[in-house]
This record gives sequence, C-alpha cells and structure tokens, in this order.
Amino acid sequence: MTVEAKLGQVANYVDERTGAAAFLKKSLRKVFPDHWSFLLGEVALYSFVILLLSGTFLTFWFDPSMREVVYEGAYQPLEGVKMSAAYASALDISFEVRGGLLMRQIHHWAALIFMAAIVAHLLRVFFTGAFRKPREGNWIIGVGLLTLGIVEGFLGYSLPDDLLSGTGIRIAEAIIQAIPVVGSYLSYFAFGGVFPGELFIPRIYIVHVLLLPGAFLALITVHLMLVWYQKHTQYPGPGRTEKNVVGYPLMPMYMAKAGGFFFIVFGVTAFLAAVASINPIWLYGPYTPAQISAGSQPDWYMGWLDGLVRMAPPIETYFFGYTVSWNILIPGLIIPGILFTGMALYPFIESWITGDKREHHLLDRPRNAPNRTALGAMSLTFMMVTLINGGNDLIATHFDLSINQIMWGTRFGVFILPPLAFIITKRLCLSLQRADRELVLHGRETGRLLRMPSGEFVEVHEPISPEKAFILTSHEQLPALELPAVDARGVKRAGALKNKLRARLSNANAVAIPKVSTEDLKEIESH
Amino acid sequence: MSSQLEPIKDPGLPAHVHRKTDTDPKAADRAERQVAAMFGISALGTVLLIISYIFVPDDLFIFIPIMGNQNAHQLGLGLGMAIALFFIGLGAIHWAKTLMPDQEVVMQRHEFRSPEEDRKAFVDTVKEGVSSSGLGRRSLIKRSLGAALGLSALSPILLLRDLGPLPGPEQKMTNWKSGTYLVTDPGDRRIKASDLEVGSVAQVMPEFADPKDRHLDDIAKDALLLIRLRPAEFNLEPDRLAMTHEGIIAFSKICSHMGCAVALYEQTTKHLLCPCHQSTFDVTRAAKVIFGPAARPLPQLDITVDDEGYLIARKPFSEPVGPSFWGREK
Repeated sequence: MTVEAKLGQVANYVDERTGAAAFLKKSLRKVFPDHWSFLLGEVALYSFVILLLSGTFLTFWFDPSMREVVYEGAYQPLEGVKMSAAYASALDISFEVRGGLLMRQIHHWAALIFMAAIVAHLLRVFFTGAFRKPREGNWIIGVGLLTLGIVEGFLGYSLPDDLLSGTGIRIAEAIIQAIPVVGSYLSYFAFGGVFPGELFIPRIYIVHVLLLPGAFLALITVHLMLVWYQKHTQYPGPGRTEKNVVGYPLMPMYMAKAGGFFFIVFGVTAFLAAVASINPIWLYGPYTPAQISAGSQPDWYMGWLDGLVRMAPPIETYFFGYTVSWNILIPGLIIPGILFTGMALYPFIESWITGDKREHHLLDRPRNAPNRTALGAMSLTFMMVTLINGGNDLIATHFDLSINQIMWGTRFGVFILPPLAFIITKRLCLSLQRADRELVLHGRETGRLLRMPSGEFVEVHEPISPEKAFILTSHEQLPALELPAVDARGVKRAGALKNKLRARLSNANAVAIPKVSTEDLKEIESH
Repeated sequence: MSSQLEPIKDPGLPAHVHRKTDTDPKAADRAERQVAAMFGISALGTVLLIISYIFVPDDLFIFIPIMGNQNAHQLGLGLGMAIALFFIGLGAIHWAKTLMPDQEVVMQRHEFRSPEEDRKAFVDTVKEGVSSSGLGRRSLIKRSLGAALGLSALSPILLLRDLGPLPGPEQKMTNWKSGTYLVTDPGDRRIKASDLEVGSVAQVMPEFADPKDRHLDDIAKDALLLIRLRPAEFNLEPDRLAMTHEGIIAFSKICSHMGCAVALYEQTTKHLLCPCHQSTFDVTRAAKVIFGPAARPLPQLDITVDDEGYLIARKPFSEPVGPSFWGREK
C-alpha cells in the first residue's frame, strides 16, 4: 500500500469518529505568510518546548530542599563542605548523572534564548504595528508572557542555591521588604520567617515547575489560537491587501519548514550547551549570607532592573517614624510597573491618538510610523543604558574604567539619551520617507554619468519596477484628528484639556513626507 | 491631501518563478539525495551520542584548540545530540524548499465583526437572559450574591496565613549581646586585638556554645567585619570612636541597601564596597555612604576586650542590620 493510501485510511478513521474532515481540510490548507521576522516567535515557542523537556529531565534528580547536608560527591574541591540538599543535588546532576550537565546547560541556554526570542518577537510586533486592532488582546497576552518569563527565569536560576543565586534571592527579599506597610509581612510569608529560612527553595520550586509552566501553557495556547483564528499579519506588497493572506499552505510546506525549524533551534541550543559553559555553580560554592563573589550579575533579562537599582540615588525618607526606601521602590517596583503597564496599554494609547479604530492586517514599514518607531528606539535606548549600568563592574574591569564614571554617565544618560534617540529616530524615519519619495519619482541611481553637449554632467536614473513603486507608496497617511476646543455653537467641549492633549499628540503623530501619487508621476512624465 | 490623490496601482502578485527542481528531474533527484544525506548525518550524530554515553569515561579530558581542555564525555554527548537534531531540521527545510510546491496561495480573510442582525440578536439574548433571571429586578439577590462572592474570596487569603509567622522582635535583633565573644569564621576561635594586623580585615561571628547551632538565618544578620586601622586614621565622632578598640572597628557585613555581603575592602582608600550595587562606605567615617544607592551607613558594633584580652561586644547593635523595612525605626 502506498503512503498516500495509508494516510487516507487514517484520515477516514479519524473522520468517522469525530466528523472533523471539514475542519481539518480547511486547517491543513491554511495559509501562512513567509518572512524571516515571523520566525522570532517560533524560536520562543520552540525554546519553551526545549525548556519543558530538559526541565523534566532535571526534576528526576533535583532535590528542592534546604536541609543541610555535607557534600561527599564526585567534585573534590567541595568535599566535606556543608551545603543545602538542593545545591548538592545540582552538583550531582552536573557531575554524576551522565548527560546531566549537558541537560542543565541546555536548560539554561534555552531560557536565555527563550527570553531573547520573546524580546525580539515583541520588537518585531511593535515596530511593524502588528498589535493594532484586532490583535490588542494578543499583545497583552504577549506582555504577560514576557513578565512571567522574567519571573520564571529568576526563580529557575535561584533554585540551585549556589552563592550567586542566594545573593539574587537576598536582593528579591530586600525588594519585598521595601514595599510600604506590608513589606515585612510579605517577606515573612514568602520565606516562612526570617531570611533565608528553610522553606523558600521548595516553595519557588513548585512555582517554577508547576504553577508558572501551567500559566505559560495556557497563555501560549490562547496566544497561538488567536494567531490561528485571526490569521497572521503580512508585510505590504503587490497582491497583498487587508482582505487576504498570501503565503504557503500549512500542509506540506509550512509544516515541514516549522517542524524542521524546531529541530534547528534544538540543535543549536544543544550545540551551545555542548561547547559553552553556562552557570558553573560548582565554582560559586554553596550559599551563605556572609559571602559573595565579585562581579555578581543576574541573567541578561534582569540586567536592566539591576542597572536601575544600581543607579538609584540614595534616598530614604521617614514619615511618622516609618521608613520608605525610595532607592529600592523607584527602580525596583515603580519604574518597571510604569514601563510594563505602558507597554501593555500601548495599542489603546496609539489608537486613541490616531483615532484609528479599523482592523489592520497589513504591517507597517517602521519608517512610515515615525513616532511609534521613535518611541520604540527611545525605550530600547533606556533599556540599553540601564543594562550597561547593570554590568558596570564588569565593564569597568574589562575596559579599565572607573565604576563611578560609568555610574554617573548612565545616571545622566538615562535622562538624556532616550529623548535624543526619539528625535534622531524620528528624523531618520522622515529622511527615509523622503528617500522613498525620491526613488519613486526619479528612479534609482545607476552610477552612470553622462556628459551633456553643454558640458554638464548628469547621472542617469532608471525607473524602479511597478512592484517596488507600489511597496513604497502603498501605506496609508492618516491626517491629524480635528478636535476643536469649542463645538459648533461655540461652547467649550467637555474634557477640553484631554482633547487638547489628544489633538497635540495627533498632530505630532501625523507628520509625514507626502507619498507619491499617480498624479505626481504624470506630472513628472510631462516634463 | 495626498489621501485624496490616486495612489499608485497594485500590480498584483508577481508571477511564480519555477525552481530548477520543478523543471529538471535530475535536479529534483539530486535534491532528494541531499535531503537523505542530511538525515544520514543526523543518524551519525545519534551514533556519536550513544558511543559517548557508553564508551567515553566521564573523567576523560581532551585538548581542543581555542576551547582548551574539554571533558570528552560531555562534549561527545552534546555534539552528538546537536548534530542529530540540527540535521533533521536542515533536511526537512531543504526538502520543503526544493521539492514541495512553493506556489504562493491567496486566502481571503473574513471580517471579525458579525452581521448586524447577529449582533442585535446576541445583545437581545443577553438582555433576555438577564431579565428572565430577574437579576435586574431582584436587587436583594444581586446584593447578597455579591457580598457572598466577595466574602468567599477571603478564604484563600486566610488559608495562606500560615505561610509564615508575623514579623516579631527577632526581625530587629541579632545574636550580638553584651559580652558576646567575637570568634573567627571559619574556626570559631576567640580572637585578641593582636591577632589582627593594622590594615587587615577579618570576618567574625558571635560565639555560640555549639557552633553547629549556627544556621544561615543567624549568619544572615550576625556577619561582622573587623577592620584594623591606625587610630589616627579615624575621622570619627567621640561616641563612635569609643566603640572601637585599639584601631579595630566593627561593622555589620550585611549591606544596608539590599542585604548583600559587603565583601570588598580597598586597603589604600579604606573604602568598603558592596559588589551587588556598588554602594561604597568610608571606614574612617563610620561607614558613611560615599557612593551608590545605599541610604544608610553600615551599623557599627561597640567592641571592647575582656580581662584576658579577647574581643567581645560591649553592647548589642543599636539599630537593625540589613536592608530597610517599613517599621525599621519603630
């Protein structure tokens, strides 16, 4: 029997028991647009699967207990040292379980790749405007996944209970304690008493391996179902409209490519784990609150937070005898809270400014949304400056600088550089729009110079293809909202201040270089 | 307005360009062999993994240029797995790109907004449901249900109460009492002033009857740093100077910012630096914060010696050690 005939039998078997033929037929022909940037989310998804697989392997040997034991394992330098059972079992996984170290390193590398892929995917979605209606809900789920990812990653590298991870937990405890009024209570509940106690590792273990992965699974499922149901966005191009999807069908092209890509991501992660050591906990030693290693660093996705905490001014206030640690609250809770809330609400903020309540399935080229792109560049700059300060000690030793210089540089930089990035990016976007206009009107430069009979030199321009001209001009240019301060009868409108703000933002947002129209081209031809 | 001008026309989907494998059966056969070769390499990867698992001892180190000495067992397992997985993926993608139909397909989108009559019918159904249940009219039910639901949400909060005790006085206390001996860590030996040379630093702990009773909870607040300077180097208020002994000054080692161990001491500048967030404390001025995010100096312990010359604490800490919290000053 041929493969086709066998598969036909399977399909028949399934349909006779579920009646799913109509649905599956449609689903298997579902069209997915193709672009490299659509793979970023896939990398995140596959890394998550790798995390589940490698993490399950680790749970077979890991002992999430803070019970004190004396180490008598294969790693000689720690022979006879008192440590927690959690740390001892992490050492056993690294040195006595065959393939255990490989799995630990796959797990850690996959976590770093997972977070990097989420951030890259988020940037792609942001800069191309893929979060616009009807995908605002999925954007919020994405922001939720990012937040959970940061927490899950932190809990994960806290579990081995080595010196570095214990230091991270100590800092987390200080942040909890700094919460006004209830901080001490929350800290006592989290740790079962004073820090570090004997309950924290078992507690975060169950959060790390059950609670949060469950939340991830649920959110990722909804995230993907929405992508499936709402269909993927696509880049603008000839034949692509708001009303269609152009791409390859799920079966067989997309299945083979996406399935193959999973193995590529897994293979690359395994390669990194094979050749590049990560989190060598045996070098740090067991956690004790009285010790620390120089150059203590969190994983990269926490670096910006640590950098913010480092650059905070030493302000603590006392009111009615109660202590408020602004030096911890502002960088540790308030700024991250504002940033993540603002990020989650951004789709609604943008549509409030543009007044655009329509569905969008065609992506923007970033230059055609200068304000959004500039805002993104501004946020990225903020993150980069804080991340640099998060590694100020290592940067200082590697580049022979003083920590104080880097700290003061970033303290000022965090205020000056992001707005500067906004202005420069907006200018760049408008210049690129101008270049697009130039290209459509006058064609591309060929590099061929002609000498005119008059002696003048000119460069020959060649017209660009109709496809290219269409891509460069197919975007929309929305006018600013008209929000007069008074209504038709001359009466001041309600919420005048809000309207004024909206009008100003809308005006600033509508700045654009007029795109080329057919009339412009005709006029040029007639010259 | 440019939006009213006629935009440039959509030339439509570009014509499909055939690949070599679509037109030339030889090229297609070659592609098939390439895909099979990649799957073959993957199989070799798995063989390498099996050999490494079974035959390569886990204490065998080999020298590899650039990477230096590597554990052969670990490297073989990892590379085997990487090759096995990577080439399955590469083969599948090469297969898709060369041999599967690559004609782009157009699918129409459906509008998410339902037709008006459906929307209206939906709203009517909801209204009908609400009114037939009497939720709108029977306010007693509505209110009592709201109160019951709200109250029931309290039970999970209440049930989590036993996660930990309420903060008590231990939050502000350490094991340093009047007359507690300072002992070395590790070693638990009492120390004399003469054990500490000028310019040196030592970490000490309060003496326990049985050092085995000292747990991390104790270390987390008891850890103490001793630094010995020449008495003339101090720049202290008289009451703080009185807390030192022959140039030996004692600070809590737990950072007043976020509780890390303040472990870096610069002998030339006499600064203590916390490696976590770079808070810097000046030892000569009672650990005054001179840089970084810490808002308070490190608490200083009042030390002296007993009759035999062993260092002891004269008094407990006068303030809680470690990071700030709401009721710290109370």
